[in-house]
Amino acid sequence: MKSKKSDNHLDRTALLDQLWMYQNQYGCIRDQDVEECSQKLGISKIELEGVISFYHFFHRERTGHHTIYLNNSIVSETKGFQRVKEAFERETGQRFGEQDPSGEFALFETPCIGLSDQEPAALINFYPFTNLNSLKVRRIITDLRKGVHPKAICDEVPDHVNYTPPKDKTIFFREYHPGVAVSKLVDITPEQLIEEVKRSKLGGRGGAFFPTGMKWEFCRKEKENPKYIVCNADEGEPGTFKDRVLMSEMPGLMLEGMITAAYAVGAQEGIVYLRAEYTWLLEKINNVIEHFRRMNLLGKNICGIENFDFDIRVQLGAGAYVCGEETALLNSLEGKRGEPRTKLYFPTQRGYLNKPTIVNNVETFCAAARIIELGTDFYLQTGTPDSPGTKLLSISGDCFKPGIYEIEWGTSVAKVLELCEAEDPFFIQVSGPSGECISMSEKNRKISKDDLKCGGSFMVFHSDRDIIHILTNFAEFFKHESCGICTPCRAGNYIIKRKLVKLSTGLAYKRDIAEIAEWGKIMKMTSRCGLGKLATNSLLLAIDKFPKYFKKKLDKKGEGLNKNFDEEKAVMAYEKFRS
Amino acid sequence: MAKKIKFKIDGKVIKAEEGRNLVTVAEENGIFIPSLCYYEHIDPPLGSCRVCTCNIDGHAGPACMEKVRDGMEVEVAKPELEDVRKSLVEMMFAEGNHFCPSCEKSGDCDLQHMGYEMGITNTRFPHLFKDRLIDFNPKRMVIEHNRCVKCRRCVEEVLTKDGKQVFSFCSRGNETVVGIDYDMEAQLTEDEAVEAMNLCPTGAILVRGKSIARPFGDRKFDYESVQKPKAEAKPKKNGKPAKLEKKTIATISLAGCFGCHMSLLDIDLGLLDIIELVDFNKSPLTDIKEFTKTCDIGLIEGGCCNTENIEVLREFRKKCKVLVAIGECSIWGGLPAMRNMVPLEECLEEAYLDSMTTETGESIVPYHEDLPKILDKVYPCNEIVKIDHFIPGCPPTATHMWKQVQNILWGDQFSILYSEFKYD
Ligand SMILES: Cc1cc2nc3c(=O)[nH]c(=O)nc-3n(C[C@H](O)[C@H](O)[C@H](O)COP(=O)(O)O)c2cc1C
Ligand code: SF4
Ligand code: SF4
Ligand code: SF4
Ligand code: FES
Repeated sequence: MKSKKSDNHLDRTALLDQLWMYQNQYGCIRDQDVEECSQKLGISKIELEGVISFYHFFHRERTGHHTIYLNNSIVSETKGFQRVKEAFERETGQRFGEQDPSGEFALFETPCIGLSDQEPAALINFYPFTNLNSLKVRRIITDLRKGVHPKAICDEVPDHVNYTPPKDKTIFFREYHPGVAVSKLVDITPEQLIEEVKRSKLGGRGGAFFPTGMKWEFCRKEKENPKYIVCNADEGEPGTFKDRVLMSEMPGLMLEGMITAAYAVGAQEGIVYLRAEYTWLLEKINNVIEHFRRMNLLGKNICGIENFDFDIRVQLGAGAYVCGEETALLNSLEGKRGEPRTKLYFPTQRGYLNKPTIVNNVETFCAAARIIELGTDFYLQTGTPDSPGTKLLSISGDCFKPGIYEIEWGTSVAKVLELCEAEDPFFIQVSGPSGECISMSEKNRKISKDDLKCGGSFMVFHSDRDIIHILTNFAEFFKHESCGICTPCRAGNYIIKRKLVKLSTGLAYKRDIAEIAEWGKIMKMTSRCGLGKLATNSLLLAIDKFPKYFKKKLDKKGEGLNKNFDEEKAVMAYEKFRS
Repeated sequence: MAKKIKFKIDGKVIKAEEGRNLVTVAEENGIFIPSLCYYEHIDPPLGSCRVCTCNIDGHAGPACMEKVRDGMEVEVAKPELEDVRKSLVEMMFAEGNHFCPSCEKSGDCDLQHMGYEMGITNTRFPHLFKDRLIDFNPKRMVIEHNRCVKCRRCVEEVLTKDGKQVFSFCSRGNETVVGIDYDMEAQLTEDEAVEAMNLCPTGAILVRGKSIARPFGDRKFDYESVQKPKAEAKPKKNGKPAKLEKKTIATISLAGCFGCHMSLLDIDLGLLDIIELVDFNKSPLTDIKEFTKTCDIGLIEGGCCNTENIEVLREFRKKCKVLVAIGECSIWGGLPAMRNMVPLEECLEEAYLDSMTTETGESIVPYHEDLPKILDKVYPCNEIVKIDHFIPGCPPTATHMWKQVQNILWGDQFSILYSEFKYD
C-alpha cells in the first residue's frame, strides 16, 4: 500500500522496507544507497545514518553471503551457546563481529530470537536453525559452502503447544475457523462491541495489562481521522515466544482481532509490526492476509457491513528490543529511530502519523477475537474473577518440556513447574528480564493480575545456575538495547553492568550491594520508558529474595582500606616492559 | 488570553497562566528546578536528561514536560528528589570525559553550572573513561564527543535553510553519539555555526577560530548562583570561640601537579593564623617525610597512578583520622586521567619509544625494581581507600580549602560561597 510515490520521492513510512531492500541485495547499506535514499527522502545523510545505526540488523559494512545471528540470551547460554559459538567460528574460519574479507560468512550475536524452547538457536539469512550443537553446525556450514540454500536446510520450527485446559475452558488453542469472529460483527454495533470487551476485563497481554476495552473506547472517542490499528508483534522480551506460536498456528485469529478493533474504533488501516527475527513467518501471514481479502474479511464493506473498509499490511522491524515499546514502535513505523516518545499523548490520541492509534499485543488481539467468537460469558467462566480467561506462558530453561502452556489465570507456580517438569527449580524469572524473579518459597503464588503478573516469559533455572551470571546476562541485554535517549538508562545500565562484574569477581563490599539497590531505584524513578524503569527490577528483587547467595559473594570486612583493590591486575599492563 | 490558574510548589501557592511550562513558571517565582536539556524555544520539550525530575501530583516525572494546570501539586525541594537530580548530573560526569580545566566552555557550561548549584563534589558512580573520538572533520566545527550529554538540542534546532538536520543521534544505548553531517555543516553560515555552539549546553560543539573561552570572572557562571542565597550564605562567625584545640595536619601530593599545594599557600597572611591553629606533620610544606604521630586530618592531592601512590595513600588512611581529597585529580583522576581512555602500553610506547625525539631501537620503557610500577589507569583516591570529604577545583581556591578544613576540624563555622566552588 504505502510505497514509493514516484521514482525520486520516497515516503518516510516506507523507509524500513527500502533499507531492507539494500541490506538484502548488497549485504549492507552502501554509501551510494545512503546518498540516494536521503535524497529521495529529502533529509540529510546524517539523519538517515541515525536511523540505520539504530537497528542492529542494518549494516554499513558488508556482511556475508551467509549472515548468521546466534542467540546469546540466557537460555541459550545455559544450553551450550559457548560451544556452538566456537563451532561456528571453527567451521567458518570467521570470528564473531568481525568482517570476512571473502564475504562468505558473517557472524553476529543477537538477543533472544523467540526460539527459547529449542536453544541454542540461530538465524541464517533469517531462516531458523534450532537445537544447535557442534555436529549440526558442521553439517550446516558444509552444506552452505556447497551452495545449498539455507531455506532448504533450515529447521521446521515446532510449536510445542504442550498444555491446554479442558476443552470447555480453552480459549486460544481450540479449533479455529477463519471468519467466524468477524462474522459476529454484523449483529452488533461498535459500542456494544466495546462494552463486551470491557465486560470481559481483557487486559493487555504485552505486559502492562492496560484494559483493552478502555483503550478502544478512548480511541473511538477521538475526532481525528484516519485511525490506525497496530499489532505489536515485536515480542522482544527474552524468553517469550507465545506470539510466534500464535502467528504460526493461527495468524488469522490475530488478523480477526485487528479487524474487530478496526470495527470498534472506525479504523481503515492496520499494520502488523513483525520483528525481523520472525521474517520466516512473514510469507505465512501475508498469505493469510491475501486469503482474507478474497474472503472479504479485509477490503471494502467487510462481511457486507456498509462502509466497513479495512486492510492490513505487515511491517518488518530491523532488530531493536525497545521498538516493542508502543511509542518507539510508532516512531519505527514512521521510518525514524525507534526511540520512545515523551509521554505527552497516548497513542490513542496521537499515534501513528499523529493520528489516533490502537496498539495491542498479538495475544490481546487473539483473545479479543475469541471473546467475540465464543461470547463474553464463555470467556468469563475461566480464570479468576479479576483475571478471567487463560494466559499463554512461554516456558523455557531447566525443564523437560519447554514450550507453550495455555493455563487458566490463577494457576499456581508450583502447578506450572509440575506441568513443564522442571528439574530442581531454584530461580524462576517471570515475564522476562524486565519482569520479576521468584524463589521456591513463592511457589504457591498464583499467576494473575493481582498476584504474580506474567507477560508470557517463564524461565526456569536450577540450583547450579549462578544467579549473578543470569543477572549479568540481563544487564548486558539492557545495556545493549537501551535507546540511549535518557541519561539514567543510557549511563545507568552501563554502570550497573560494571558493578555486577565486580560482584562476580567477589570483590564487592556490602556497600556495593546497597549502591546497586540505590542506583536501581534512581533508574526506576527517572527513566523515560519501561526499559530503563524495569531494567534493574529483577536485580533489586534478587538481592532481597536470595540473601544467602549474595552474602556469599561479599567480602566481609571493610575498614576504610579497599583491600580488594587488585594491585596485581592494575600493574599487569606495565609488567610487559620488564626486560 | 490564557486562563489564570493557581497551583502549588512545595506548598507555596503560585499564580500563572494555564499551560505555561512548569520550569519557567517556577523560575519566575524564584524556585529553582535544575534543568539541562530544557530550552524554552524547543516545543515540545525534549525530556532527555531527566535532571528536572520532581514529584508532580505524587508521581516522579520530568518537570520540563509539564504544563501548569489548576490545582496541580509539585514537590521540588524534597531531599530524596534533590538527591535523585544530583545523581543524574553525577551520572553525566561519570559517563562523559569532562576535564573542565582544559575545556573551552568552562565557566559558561550548563552541566558544570548544575554541578555548582547542586554542590556536587564527587560522583557516586565510577567514571567510565570510555574512549571517544573528537571529530575534526567538519569544515567549521569540532565535535568533542567526550563532553556531549546527549541532550538533543542540536538535533532538533540546528537545521539548514531547507530544513535538513545537521546533527543526528547515531547508534544506540551507551554507544549513542551525536553525528554531524559534513555537507550540511558546510552550508551553515558562520553565525549559525556560532549559534549552534552557544545552543549546546556543554563544550561539545566548538567553532574553529571562535573561542568561547573567557577570562576567569567574566564567565557566565562565575559569581552568581541562580538560587536565592540561603540565609547563611555569608560566612557566619558565631563570635570567635574562646580557644580552639590545636590539631595536626598532614598533606601529600600523589599524581598531581602540586597546584593544590600552591593554592593552599594562596591565603597569604592567613597562613599565619592557620599556623596558630594547626601543626603540620608529614607534608611537602614542612618537608617532614615520615609520620611522627596520628594526625587529625590528611589532605590528599592527586590520584594514584603508580604503586608508590597506593602505598602512601594507604599509610595516610591509617595515620589520619579524616582524609580529604583536594582537587579534581584526587577526586576522580583529573587531568592525569586523560590517559585512562588509552591502554597503558600505547601511552608508554608513544612516550618512550615512538615519540619524535627518540631514535628507533635506542630507547626503552624504564623498568627497574626500584621504580614504582605504573598502574593500568589513574585511580581516584576513593577507589583505593575511604575518603571522608571532597574539595573540588583545579585547584580549589585557598579560601574554600581552609574554610572546609576548619569546618571539619572544629565544626561548621563557614559556608562555602558559590564563587569559591569551582571545577577549574
Ligand atoms: C521496553 C519495552 C518493550 C516492550 N516490548 C513489547 C513487545 O515486544 N510486545 C508487546 O506486545 N508489547 C511490548 N511492550 C508493551 C507495549 O509498550 C504496549 O504496552 C503493548 O504493546 C500494548 O498492548 P497490550 O495492551 O495489548 O498489551 C513493551 C514495552 C516496553 C517498555
Ligand atoms: S528508558 Fe532507556 S530505552 Fe527508554 S527512553 Fe530512556 S534510554 Fe530509551
Ligand atoms: S566545562 Fe562543561 S563540557 Fe567542559 S568539561 Fe566541564 S562539564 Fe564538560
Ligand atoms: S552536542 Fe551539545 S547540544 Fe548536541 S546533544 Fe550533545 S550536548 Fe546536546
Ligand atoms: S530538563 Fe527536563 S528532562 Fe532535561
